[in-house]
Amino acid sequence: MSSDRPDRNAPLLQVRGLKKVYAPTSGFFSRKSTPVVAVDGVDLDVAPGETLGLVGESGCGKTTTGRCILRLIEPTAGSITFDGVDVRALGSRDLRAFRRRMQIVFQDPYGSLNPRLTVGSALHEPLAVHKIGDPSDRPDRVAELLRKVGLPTDYTHRYPHELSGGQRQRVGIARALAVGPRFIVADEPVSALDVSIQAQVLNLLNDLQEALGLSYLFIAHDLGVVEHVSHRIAVMYEGKIVETGPTEQVVGDPRHAYTRALLAAVPRIRTGGRPKPVSGDSANR
Amino acid sequence: MKTTSTSGAWVAAIRRDRKATFGAVILSIFLLVAIFGPLIAGDPQALVGVPLQPPSSEHWLGTTGQGQDVLRQLVAGTRVSLAIGFAVGLCVVGVGAIVGVAAGFFGRSVDAVLSLLFNVFLVIPGLPLAIVIAAYLPSGPFTLGLVLVATGWAWNARVIRAQTLTQRKRDFVAAAVVAGESNIRIITREILPTMTSLLVAQVISSTVYAIGAQVGLEFLGLGDVSAITWGTNLYWAQNDSALLTEAWWTFAPTGLCVALVGFGLAMLNSGFDEITNPRLQLERAWRSHLLGLGIAPSRSTPVTVGHE
Repeated sequence: MSSDRPDRNAPLLQVRGLKKVYAPTSGFFSRKSTPVVAVDGVDLDVAPGETLGLVGESGCGKTTTGRCILRLIEPTAGSITFDGVDVRALGSRDLRAFRRRMQIVFQDPYGSLNPRLTVGSALHEPLAVHKIGDPSDRPDRVAELLRKVGLPTDYTHRYPHELSGGQRQRVGIARALAVGPRFIVADEPVSALDVSIQAQVLNLLNDLQEALGLSYLFIAHDLGVVEHVSHRIAVMYEGKIVETGPTEQVVGDPRHAYTRALLAAVPRIRTGGRPKPVSGDSANR
Repeated sequence: MKTTSTSGAWVAAIRRDRKATFGAVILSIFLLVAIFGPLIAGDPQALVGVPLQPPSSEHWLGTTGQGQDVLRQLVAGTRVSLAIGFAVGLCVVGVGAIVGVAAGFFGRSVDAVLSLLFNVFLVIPGLPLAIVIAAYLPSGPFTLGLVLVATGWAWNARVIRAQTLTQRKRDFVAAAVVAGESNIRIITREILPTMTSLLVAQVISSTVYAIGAQVGLEFLGLGDVSAITWGTNLYWAQNDSALLTEAWWTFAPTGLCVALVGFGLAMLNSGFDEITNPRLQLERAWRSHLLGLGIAPSRSTPVTVGHE
């Protein structure tokens, strides 16, 4: 059975010892500050078709980790292997071509779309950059992308300010899908949305995963959301991964004290027993 | 198709705004004079009569100290002065935009070098430098333009650098990076379009600067004194002791034109500010709406729906 082809169960993305240190700023007048270690030796594995939830409080380094994997931020140390490719070794030209395989969905649907570009041109841009399809059939591809994320196809002429937050986030997802990636970093994709819209976007992400076999690194500070979408969860605290495992295990039987503290902070609706009906004569009992 | 619809929107926006309309009308008149005036007015160099004649039915604006027609010289000067003014205005913003965007976008050592460069240019007092350069270079409109661009670009570069810095941190730029767009494409497609209103405002104010500085330098005799521009008209008026001879008609019309063009451009600029700032636009619309209902409007920001 052994062959040169990679193992099916081998992780699509393997991160080892990822580190990002922000060097101290020193100036003539400022006192030398200590370096900030934003990400401190993070190890992560994401299998094909899997969602890894990365959870932790604000400022723990989740977003920096996600952006380092995409090399939006240059990591200080560590290795990132994606589908057998050493991502950190890629030169700028190779990196640009490689970006077809990894994409990102941002937290803030207001800031992540250019206010001066229509939805159509925002989605057309990545297709043109990677020369996907003929220029003549790109409008059809744009329409297909809109359909995939559940938006009317005549939205191509709209500007971002004419869309609601949830619709913008769908456009952001469509833009990420445009180049046909295998892996998406979802950086708090629902935390800026209303709760009712959150569920819709989460379901959309789930459906797309099933239809396209996508892998996600799902970053959030809300364990309730992460629990809902993830196969496995990694808990991050002060730049380090303190616990990682299947969702049921991390949620049901947390090992680390920090995870337990985080779980205790999640508001839950108690579902012990059926709710009792309130009727007019209940006061008589 | 897209450009016509946006330029159509600009025209409509200018017409809605009273200040901008006023500025646009003044400017259009001057542009028409600059383009067609010299064809009608006749040779400005021709000696047409007795020197220093006051305005009359024959010479509407009188004659100069050399006996040339002041109106003809004014019209001929309009063409050259406006051409230099707008060309310099565009170049100043062009150079400023290239340097500013490069500094803001690439950061690090590129930013350090370019920032040092424009900070040095900012510290050097512009007009004195212009006088020194203009005195050493062979005189002419091209030299003058060069001098004005060299002394005027730095402030624009600084403003655009700051604007680029804020845009570069936006997520849509990160999305463009992840989409694989090249740096040039990110700058031209993503960053510069968010600054159109700023760039337009800069072109207008730089043109005001260019016209004023050009007239000033030429008045001092640092331009080509044989050319006919607003500045040289003033230079010759002063050379012929216009104030001593009380020949006001040799300098007042030119001075008035400089002031009017500057005023028109400034009006257009403040109109653009309201046009391109949705908050100011809403505020005005809301106030007039309230006034229509007989409610005295207070100084407030109107309640808006989901706008950045």
